[in-house]
Amino acid sequence: MKVEGKRHIWKEYQKDIADDKYWYARSCIRQNFFPGSETAFLRILRNELGKDIFDSQCHTSCTGIGYHCDIVPFETTMTVVARQFSLMSEKGYKNYAASCITSFGLYTEILETWESHPHLLEKTRDNLYKSTGRTFEIPEDLAHTSDIIFKFRKEIFEKRKHSLINIQTGKPLRGVEHIGCHYAKMFPHKGVGGAEYPQVLAGMIEDWGGEVVDYPERRHCCGFGFRQYVVKANRGYSVANSHKKFESMEPFKPDFILTNCPGCPMFLDRWQYFIAETEGKTYGENGLGIPVLTYEELAGIVLGYDPWELGLQMHQVSIEPLLDKLGYEYDKSGKYKALDGTNLGKPENPTNLKITC
Amino acid sequence: MRENIGSLYERLMTDIHMQEGLNACINCGTCTAICPAAMFYKYDPREIAIIVSSRDDKKIEELLKSDTIWACGECMSCKTRCPRGNAPGLIIIALRTLSEETGFFAESEKGRQLLAIKRMIGHSILDTGYCVWFDHLDLELFPEQGPNWQWIRNNNSSVLDKVGANYRKNSAGALRTIPKEDLDELKKIFEVTGGLKRYDIIEEYSRKKAAEMGLQFDDTNECEYFQHVFAYNSNNLENE
Repeated sequence: MKVEGKRHIWKEYQKDIADDKYWYARSCIRQNFFPGSETAFLRILRNELGKDIFDSQCHTSCTGIGYHCDIVPFETTMTVVARQFSLMSEKGYKNYAASCITSFGLYTEILETWESHPHLLEKTRDNLYKSTGRTFEIPEDLAHTSDIIFKFRKEIFEKRKHSLINIQTGKPLRGVEHIGCHYAKMFPHKGVGGAEYPQVLAGMIEDWGGEVVDYPERRHCCGFGFRQYVVKANRGYSVANSHKKFESMEPFKPDFILTNCPGCPMFLDRWQYFIAETEGKTYGENGLGIPVLTYEELAGIVLGYDPWELGLQMHQVSIEPLLDKLGYEYDKSGKYKALDGTNLGKPENPTNLKITC
Repeated sequence: MRENIGSLYERLMTDIHMQEGLNACINCGTCTAICPAAMFYKYDPREIAIIVSSRDDKKIEELLKSDTIWACGECMSCKTRCPRGNAPGLIIIALRTLSEETGFFAESEKGRQLLAIKRMIGHSILDTGYCVWFDHLDLELFPEQGPNWQWIRNNNSSVLDKVGANYRKNSAGALRTIPKEDLDELKKIFEVTGGLKRYDIIEEYSRKKAAEMGLQFDDTNECEYFQHVFAYNSNNLENE
């Protein structure tokens, strides 16, 4: 296909993303496993880009994990989401920024449901009023936080301390991207690039100097599967799907995996540890794993943030090999220290998965 | 009109997920080709669409009592690829809802797991405001979290402070304490919209099933029935 033709198709998959005044909805999973990424997101938005973003103490889980684990009825979930919108409305904000992909997919599903079945919107308004006395406005704009980093990727790059270049070879670092299923598989027109030409993460890698590596199972689910991970008896499903992806990307020798879903980076990180310990198989160089990053962590690396304030010490797969390829200057000994410099001791080393520290 | 149109099918069709998920299926099997669950389980979303489309209550009841409907991971990959815009993942949500309302979920190994999910995720939502909460994520329940996670848990406040979290504090931020008045509103929503009723149904049918299976049952996660449904896997659903 001619380049012009591709550009024409690409135009159909653009998405409007508000450029300021966001109301921030945190992710349950990310707060537990990648809290540094949410800290970095707010730091980038406020300090680097000068944006107004409201961080609420009062919002709760959207119940999305419960809904997709089939223990929370849709009517309940719709009303909880309506309450989040009410919290936003009362603060005078109209642009909803969701940190979680499950939430983003759920908000999208609910907004589409209300549009095509208006009686359910009215029912939800009644339910919310009856239970809390609250009213709400529908957001003017709904974005996932990776949409927002994508929107400002060039501005972020202008403030860079590092490009995604291997300083030893002078070549672009090779990244594979993994987009959370609920970002665009359900409602492709709500994602940057849709489900067919997803660009939200690839655009960051390319515009920050790296190279996106295609691989056969690029669009395959990480294997969370909600109940398939929560219940121990089902976790074979979860690790089998991640394993399928690792085997598929391994021949392309990626320097890192970039993700935008709360669960995916945790599963792709932890299942590498599990596969190493149970099968003796590792996917990185010299017995290491492939570092798995959130998009805020990658943005923070480009901006030269302290890796331990970003939370890279919370990964099971060591991140230092990637930092070393970038020629990153950082305090290696700070990995296992508290803010006041207290040494916290080191984690136990896995048997097979090599750790750098 | 088929003779055996029955109440289960009619109840199913009142679910918005059915109205959005199944229209004029052509049985092409694209959903099965793309499905992560079908790769590792004896599970065929195309077959699910065929059975539901048959409107045969006997077959639908068998489905509601089976392990099959619990194989789906609700990733919704099927939605993207279906040439008719259908989504077996949405059909599954409707089937699971009906299986819970009728108590049929307790008849299958995978369905019985709902008790563990309700007590882990369900209780966490109402007690903390989070689907999952740091203090509950121990290596006994989640051993694959690995030694680094154990180190984080051992040094919780120190590690979480360093990355800018607000663990257990009374202001905005990651892992903050969500105020009681907000949790009260959440509980009231669950009460008004049927969320608490769903929880009660799961408990009620699980208690009956535990008695039938001769497994000790109480309201703790240490009871025999919880431990059984959380960890037991017959491998019946897995592909050879």
